[in-house]
Amino acid sequence: MDLDALAGCLSSSACLVTQTTSGLIIGMLLFLVAVGLTLIFGVLKVVNFSHGAFYMFGAYFAMTAYQLTASFALAMLAGAAGTAILGLIFERVFMSRVYGADVLMQLLVCYAFVLIFDDVVRIIWGPEFKSMGMPSAFQVMPLFIAGGVVPPYYLLLIGVALVAAIVLGIGLSRSRIGKVIRAAAHNPGMVSALGINTGLIYGGVFALGGMLAGLAGALAAPVRSLTPGMGFSVLIESFIVTVIGGMGSILGALIGALLLGLIRSFGSLGFPLFTEGLMYLFMVIVLVSKPTGLFGKEAA
Amino acid sequence: MTRTRTPGISRRSTLALMGAGAMTFAAPWVARAQAKTIKIGMPTILSGRVAQLGTSSRNAVMLEVEKVNAAGGLAGRQIEMVIRDSKGQPQEAARVARELVNTDGCELMIDAEASSGAFAVHEVARDLGVFCIHTNSETSALTADPKQHIPNAFRTARQGVHDSIVGGSYAAAIAKAKGLKKWATCSPDYAYGRDTTAEFTLYLKRFAPEVEIISESWPKLFQPDYTEVVTKILQAKPQALYSCLWGGDLTSYIDQANIYAMFSQMEVFAVNMADYTALTVVKNLPKGIHSGNRYIKTFPSTPENAAWGDAYKAKYNEYPTNWSWENATAIMLMAEAAKKANLADGKKIAEVLKGLTIKCPFGADGTVTMRGDDHTLVGYAIGWGTTIPQEPYVPEVKAGDWKTIFELEAEWKKSKGYT
Repeated sequence: MDLDALAGCLSSSACLVTQTTSGLIIGMLLFLVAVGLTLIFGVLKVVNFSHGAFYMFGAYFAMTAYQLTASFALAMLAGAAGTAILGLIFERVFMSRVYGADVLMQLLVCYAFVLIFDDVVRIIWGPEFKSMGMPSAFQVMPLFIAGGVVPPYYLLLIGVALVAAIVLGIGLSRSRIGKVIRAAAHNPGMVSALGINTGLIYGGVFALGGMLAGLAGALAAPVRSLTPGMGFSVLIESFIVTVIGGMGSILGALIGALLLGLIRSFGSLGFPLFTEGLMYLFMVIVLVSKPTGLFGKEAA
Repeated sequence: MTRTRTPGISRRSTLALMGAGAMTFAAPWVARAQAKTIKIGMPTILSGRVAQLGTSSRNAVMLEVEKVNAAGGLAGRQIEMVIRDSKGQPQEAARVARELVNTDGCELMIDAEASSGAFAVHEVARDLGVFCIHTNSETSALTADPKQHIPNAFRTARQGVHDSIVGGSYAAAIAKAKGLKKWATCSPDYAYGRDTTAEFTLYLKRFAPEVEIISESWPKLFQPDYTEVVTKILQAKPQALYSCLWGGDLTSYIDQANIYAMFSQMEVFAVNMADYTALTVVKNLPKGIHSGNRYIKTFPSTPENAAWGDAYKAKYNEYPTNWSWENATAIMLMAEAAKKANLADGKKIAEVLKGLTIKCPFGADGTVTMRGDDHTLVGYAIGWGTTIPQEPYVPEVKAGDWKTIFELEAEWKKSKGYT
C-alpha cells in the first residue's frame, strides 16, 4: 500500500491528467467489449462466454488487413466488419439452436467455441505471439496536457469508443430499429406476431455485439501482442464490467467500464500489489449493496 | 494324493514365465532398458503468448536429436522425443510430465517449462525419480536452494543470479557515468520476476551504492495491458528502469511504453530484450535499450555459434531464441554423458553429468560445464550491450567474467543460507 503516492498524485494536475487518461483508455476498451456482451444478454438472454474470441478475431483481422494494405482505417474496418460477419454466422448456425436452453448448456457450448476459435487462430496465424505495430501517423511524441502525458493514439481510441457509445445509445433509444430491438428483448412473441422477423433481429444484435468486440480488438492491436487465447482475460474483465453495470444495461456497461479503468489506473499507484484485487473488491461491494448491478433492473 | 503334471509345461518353466512376467510389470525400467529406442519426454509451452519460445525449444531439441541419432543414438539407442503442450500452466505441466513417464514410457525428461511450471515438474521428477534436465527456468533457487536439490535433476538454463551479477555491474557502471540515481523496476509477478529483480538491484546497489529504487511495478504474468504500469513509472520520474519482462509480455510493454515516449525519458535495462523472438516481433524497436545477451548468433563471436544459428535458421526459417540454446545444450550434455557412461540410463547419465565439461557453441570459452555440487550449467556466454533496430541488433556485447560471477554467486548463496 502506497497511500502517499496516491495522495501525491491527487494533488498534482500532471498526475491527474495522466492517470485519468490512462483509466479512460482501459475503461473505453473494456466498454466496447462489455457493451456487446450486455447487449446480447439483454436481447437474446444468452451469456455469451465466447465473446472474448471476437475481440481476438478483431485484432487478427486488423493486423492482417494492415499487413496487406498498410492502411490503418482499412484495418479498423476489417476488424469490425469481419467480426460482425463472423458473429452473424455463429449466431445463425450455432447459437440460435441453444436459445431457451439451460444456462449451463449455453455456457458449455460457448466454452467449446472458445477452444475451437483459439485453435482456428492457431492454425491460421500460428501459435506464436504477433505484433501489428503502431501506424506511422501515431508514431509521434505524446501530448503534454497540464504536465500530464497523453499519447495521441489513445485519444483516438477514447474518441472512437465514445462515438460508438453515443451512436449505440441514441440508436437504441430513438431509432425505429432500436425500438424494435428493445421490444424484441421484452416480448419476442409479440414482435413476432406483428410480422417482424425476430431471427433477423437476434442475428443482427449478435453481429453488432461481435462487431463492437472486434472493433475493440482492432483498436488494441497496435499496442498489445496478439496471441491465440488473448480474448480470455478481456472477457473476464468484461464480465466484471457487465455485472457491476447491471446485465443488459448499456449505460451500466459504460459507467462500469470507466469506473474499473479508473480503479486500475489510480489503484496501481496507491495499491500496487492489490490492483487486480481492487476490481474484484469493487464488484463485491456493488453486488452486496445492489445485487442487480448499478443500472440493472429487478426481475419482474 | 498324487500330483498330476501338465503335459508340455513344467512347474519350473511355469514359475520362470510367471517370474519374468512379474518382473516386466513390476519393473518397467528393466523392460524399457531393453528397448532399442529411448523415449525422452518433454513438456513445454506450445500455445499462448510464449508459444514461440516453446516451439523454439522443441526445434532446437529436434535439431540436436537428429544429429545424435545420425551418429548412432544415445549410447546406441535412437532417441524418440515425446513432446507435449503444457499451455504454460503449472498444474498441466505436472500432469503432462507424470503422464510422459507413467503412460508414454519416457525414460528421460527434458523440462522445457518457464519457472512457473518448472518447479511443478521438479516435484514430479522428485516423486518418480526420473532423470530430468530443466532447460528454461532461470529462477536461481531451482538449483541453488539445497531444499530443491535431487540427484536426478539438472539445469542447462542460464540463471537469474548470473545475469544479475553481470547486469548489475554493467548497469552500475552506466549509472555512475551518467549519474542515474533514481531507478524503477517493472517485472512479472512470479518467482522468476521477483527473484531476478531482487538479485539485479542487489548487485546494482553493490557496485553503485548511491542508487535508489523509487518505484516498483509487478504486473501479472501474461497481463494484456500495461498502461497503468507505464503511467505509474512515468509519474515516479525515474532516471532508469529495470525490467525482466519477457516474450510477448515484453513486446506488449514496449509497444505501450513507446507511445508514451518512455524510452526517451529514461535509460531502460531489459534483460530479456536481446532475443530474436522479441527483437524481430517489435515493429518499432527503440534504439539503445540495454539488454543481457539471450541468443545472439554474434555472441559469442565464434564460427561455431554463428554456424549453429545459421543451421537453425536454414531448418526453421527463423533465428533461434534464448530457450533454443538452453535446450540444445541439454541434448549435447546428455549425448556426451551417455557416451562416456556407454549406457543410455538415467542414473548412469546423472552420475557422469556431474562436473562434466563439453565443447559447446554457447560457451564463453567454447565449453560449458555442468557444475557438480548444484547441478547447474556454468561457463556459458553471458554479457550485456545496447540494442539497435536491425541486425546484428546488439552490435557490441560486454562479456561478463565468470571468475567474478563465481565469487559473487558464492557470497550470494551464503547470504541466502544456501551453503
